[in-house]
Amino acid sequence: MTRIIDAKLITDMIKDLFIRANTCLRPDILAGLKQARKNETKEKPRYALDAIIKNASIAKKKMLAICQDTGMAVVYLKVGQSLIVKGDLKKAVAKGVALAYKEGYFRSSVVNDPLIRKNTNTNLPPIIYTDIVPGNKINIKVVAKGFGCENVSKTRMFRPTDPVSSIEGFIVDAMKEAGSRPCPPVYIGIGIGGTLDKAVSLSREAIFRPLGKNSKDKHIARLEKSILKKVNNLKIGPVGVGGSATALGVSILTYPTHIAGLPVSVNISCHATRTQEATI
Amino acid sequence: MRKIFLPLTKEIIKTLKQGEMVLLSGPVLTARDAAHKRLADTLKAGKIIPVVLRGETIYYVGPTPHRKLEVIGSCGPTTSSRMDPFTPLLLKHGLIGMIGKGERSKEVILAIKKHKAVYFITIGGAGAYLSEKVKSAKVVAYKDLGPEAIYRLEIKDFPAITEVS
Repeated sequence: MTRIIDAKLITDMIKDLFIRANTCLRPDILAGLKQARKNETKEKPRYALDAIIKNASIAKKKMLAICQDTGMAVVYLKVGQSLIVKGDLKKAVAKGVALAYKEGYFRSSVVNDPLIRKNTNTNLPPIIYTDIVPGNKINIKVVAKGFGCENVSKTRMFRPTDPVSSIEGFIVDAMKEAGSRPCPPVYIGIGIGGTLDKAVSLSREAIFRPLGKNSKDKHIARLEKSILKKVNNLKIGPVGVGGSATALGVSILTYPTHIAGLPVSVNISCHATRTQEATI
Repeated sequence: MRKIFLPLTKEIIKTLKQGEMVLLSGPVLTARDAAHKRLADTLKAGKIIPVVLRGETIYYVGPTPHRKLEVIGSCGPTTSSRMDPFTPLLLKHGLIGMIGKGERSKEVILAIKKHKAVYFITIGGAGAYLSEKVKSAKVVAYKDLGPEAIYRLEIKDFPAITEVS
């Protein structure tokens, strides 16, 4: 059945989601950090984890940004084909982002042109991905993507005959090279398959999966566990001071791919992984 | 934990052990990518920069805006290695301390040692927590850069770990 909603509803929801994402740490991530603190035996990583956990409670209490890099706004819209949005959908999204960053006292971290580099002072434009799905609802996912971890994320096109161990090696090496720059303990999202862009998009989507849950595919779940173990063996530790928690989790999403290819993308996400989701 | 008072001196730096956790108190300047580029371009052109670097400590941060009754918004460290191309030049002009997050290049580590300077790391991603360690904040240069402007901060018991000295 066709349903009509006003674009203002989208603006309000986007604003709310970005404010929540930037000030309230995801409960699954917070639980992961607390578990890491429990397991940690060394003084320095304990100190770092205590500060990170305390940070989350200060941010929530004061409605302060968890991290000063409040990110570039990425929005995923799954729009039901029987839904009619009265007004300009994309403008409504942008308005919601602008309001969230202004009213939430978040940093404007976007420049108008990648080479001229003048701050737009509104954190606009956002990056918007839309998908048409059955039904009359709209699902909204948002990511406030900080660039400390974005800058160390990677993609590689493997040969279809390359062994799985070479994929593992690529991911572990990416983390080793990243060191403490992406603010460990991190949540690692991985996309395998599709095309170049599909693999990247899967790696982003992967971090929406609640921490601690593995893939339903047994061979992928095994790979997730194996990568997590190897990354934690790097002993980079919280903020790079050593210890057992370099990553809190690994989440892999896959997609069918071409006979000639095996794209792999790794999206390293900091301990302040900021995502939110809602359906209207 | 040992308390260290800023401004730093070579004598104080000499006493710092690698990996030592300390609490820093005193004045620091802030600067990140755009400010570093502008400082370096100005120095290379033989012109005068709007801040005195001698004996100064730079904290790599671009804070969020703040509400009326707050001193500063969220203000954790940004990735230091992006400042690596400019750091040796700033050290040559008297910069003595840096606070940030993450590893530095070999070239920068050598320059830090050569100038008897120090690089501290602090808690990346803990911007709300660290905002409580900042007692005052004022833009002193490059206001047009917005969040990338150079601020003068007064920090108190700011947690840091000696990474390179």
